[in-house]
Amino acid sequence: MKVTVTIDRRPEIADPEGTTVRRALHDLGFTEARTVRMDRVIHIEVEGDDPEQVRMRVTEMCRQLLANPVLEDFEIEVSS
Amino acid sequence: MTTAVVVFPGVNCEQDVVHAVNALGGEAELVWHRETDLSDFDGVILPGGFAHGDALRTGAIARFSPAMAEVGRLAAEGAPVLGICNGWQVLCEAGLIPGAHIANRDLSFICRFVEVEVVDTISILTRTAQLGQRLRIPLNSYQGNWVDPSNAGRIVLRYVDDPNGSQGRAAAVSNTTGNVVGVMPHPERATDDLLGSTDGRVLLESFLHSLVPA
Repeated sequence: MKVTVTIDRRPEIADPEGTTVRRALHDLGFTEARTVRMDRVIHIEVEGDDPEQVRMRVTEMCRQLLANPVLEDFEIEVSS
Repeated sequence: MTTAVVVFPGVNCEQDVVHAVNALGGEAELVWHRETDLSDFDGVILPGGFAHGDALRTGAIARFSPAMAEVGRLAAEGAPVLGICNGWQVLCEAGLIPGAHIANRDLSFICRFVEVEVVDTISILTRTAQLGQRLRIPLNSYQGNWVDPSNAGRIVLRYVDDPNGSQGRAAAVSNTTGNVVGVMPHPERATDDLLGSTDGRVLLESFLHSLVPA
């Protein structure tokens, strides 16, 4: 199954890259860009055909390795 | 008494650390990160560099190396454990020091001498230094911006200026008992007049004085 994991930095944690990209967008005239957050997306192909089972395992992957609980939250999307 | 200097693929300061420790009268040995038994060692230093190429997050892969289980055991037993630069990032990922590291506030890779002040002498990095003592040590990092929403980290060295946005201007942070410390500037690169400063000596001497036979 195909799994998309989105890793978001918590809003209260600074994002220096996002701040810099936002500044560059404003320099280019895109002043409507209010906030920019440089989140990460990880695509994983997982063996198995039970979406709930796959979601459980990927949640465990996020907890152990893919996301840092101090800085980040994660969202998991499973599709066949 | 021997200190293990753990070598992950991609670290690049391990020889400097061994050289500095030996020059100060200590004894340090390189240990490959796949090692599963560190029982012959009395302390550990995780050197700087780019363990596993900083893949995913700095220190995220290294923390699962077999040697890190032993580092955790030694830390729990009260042995001195010091992470320098990337080594501190590994200690944070392993949960041995509170917090995590993000990119420097101004997105610059900082490579210059900085001044730090000793603000706590409980730790294995600062116990032979004087409170308020100022030290000139090279900083060499991109992800040196420490954040700790839990406020559980104990800051032992503070930058005099604010080079990277690190919370509380923290340049070095210890656990509550002081035996596990992460430091962002490199004390091993300030141990000889040839290097432009010898201010790092007192920090590594503190570490060596903290060693107790296993």
